[in-house]
Amino acid sequence: MNSLTERFATTGYAAELKRAKDVLGEEEDGLDPMWGSQAGFGNLASGVVKFNIPTVPDPSAFLRMHTDDFADPSCRIKIKHGTTTLAFRFQGGVIVAVDSRATAGSYVASGTVKKVIEINPYLLGTMAGGAADCQYWETYLGMQCRLHELRNRERISVAAASKYLSNLVYSYKGMGLSMGTMICGWDKTGPAVFYVDSDGTRLKGDLFSVGSGSTFAYGVLDQGYRWDLTDEEAQELGRRSIYAAGHRDAFSGNTINLFHVKEDGWKFIGNYDVSKMHYDGPDNTGGYAYELRVEGKSSANPPVTQ
Amino acid sequence: MEVSFGITGKGYVLVAADTTAAHSVIKVKNDVDKIIELNPHLLMAYSGEPGDTVQFAEYVERNIRLYQIRNSLPLRPPSAASWVRKTLAQSLRSRSPYSVNLLLGGYDTSDYTPHLYWLDYLGTLVEVPFAAHGYGSYFALSLLDRYHDPEASLEEGIETLKRCIAEISKRLVVSPERFKVKVVDKDGVREIEL
Repeated sequence: MNSLTERFATTGYAAELKRAKDVLGEEEDGLDPMWGSQAGFGNLASGVVKFNIPTVPDPSAFLRMHTDDFADPSCRIKIKHGTTTLAFRFQGGVIVAVDSRATAGSYVASGTVKKVIEINPYLLGTMAGGAADCQYWETYLGMQCRLHELRNRERISVAAASKYLSNLVYSYKGMGLSMGTMICGWDKTGPAVFYVDSDGTRLKGDLFSVGSGSTFAYGVLDQGYRWDLTDEEAQELGRRSIYAAGHRDAFSGNTINLFHVKEDGWKFIGNYDVSKMHYDGPDNTGGYAYELRVEGKSSANPPVTQ
Repeated sequence: MEVSFGITGKGYVLVAADTTAAHSVIKVKNDVDKIIELNPHLLMAYSGEPGDTVQFAEYVERNIRLYQIRNSLPLRPPSAASWVRKTLAQSLRSRSPYSVNLLLGGYDTSDYTPHLYWLDYLGTLVEVPFAAHGYGSYFALSLLDRYHDPEASLEEGIETLKRCIAEISKRLVVSPERFKVKVVDKDGVREIEL
């Protein structure tokens, strides 16, 4: 009742604000009870998201002009790129493995990036492309997934969550979003992996790898992949594949983050240094390095002398 | 898109190259041999600018032959590789450089050792246990880091090569359908059907 009278009163705080908004020409932004902290996402809680767009005829061309470091290495804003991420479905759930390097042009901007975004205890998203785009929109997706739970008294399916993200990025198509992500989780249908990118592509599948190092990861992953992998074998394959990419791709590396999604939600398995994997392996049982594997071997075949 | 692989094993080098000749989006021919036999124990797979490739390969072939006639001894693989590199490096600074990428596989009969060299049109020369040119390298190199064995028998080497070919057939959008495979070992050069 109090809020009702306040809304129609001509004096007081609410009316003051309303008048101020009329003067400034701002629109009503949601209900008053929504005021306050929303974990930094207050601007998103009120419905449709709005961004300030440069007042030029073609905003995305304007953005590209200042960010495209391939065409113009001296550009002002260098978006962080270069990644290897992978996710695959198998008998024991979903394995998600990523590297942790962020590069801006030829500069290694960070070696400790969290490229797996924990959307909720049952959903993971991976980060490739623009780091900010992935982080922002997947966190936003997490909020929408929570609202779905509250509205429907049931967890959102992986298919629905990924579709939400795909529709969302599609609505920004042509405006310079850059993301290639895998939405992974466990729902009523079992383990699920969906690939979603900023073109609007959304694909359901068993095995995906995204990023500049993806081809190297695929090389190892495809050859070692089976549906009936054990949990340990699957985790090792994920780790080994990211190592391969970290080793061969200059824009991937530093460390590996490994996650395993099972029926009761995701579990963080560990963080592994790529150099340590190269020389010592995950538990000092022998490195992955080619040089170590073939140590002392020779292709020469001199005739056997009696 | 051209793809070629080279793999060493116990006493041999396997060299594989796709067999397509393409002009823009058209496959003009699908049984081209892109692996030339330079001498009884030396192979060279070539790819790159159409026209340059065969011209350069035959130029190398004739010079290697000339050396053998003059000296009545064949050039050993390390020397042949150096000569080819020198030729490419000189070509690069000429008015019309050869745009050719090469894999040179040979068996040195004097010390019973197989040699594989990776060369590109810039004149880079490096001896390697396994090699690839073209888009195939993006998939095959990580695979070979994992599976290559310098002491593999010929059968095992062929299996590893098949893995590489299977991987690019699976992942490369315009993957070549056929490969020509040749092996060089103590008995010389011969072709292998996969």
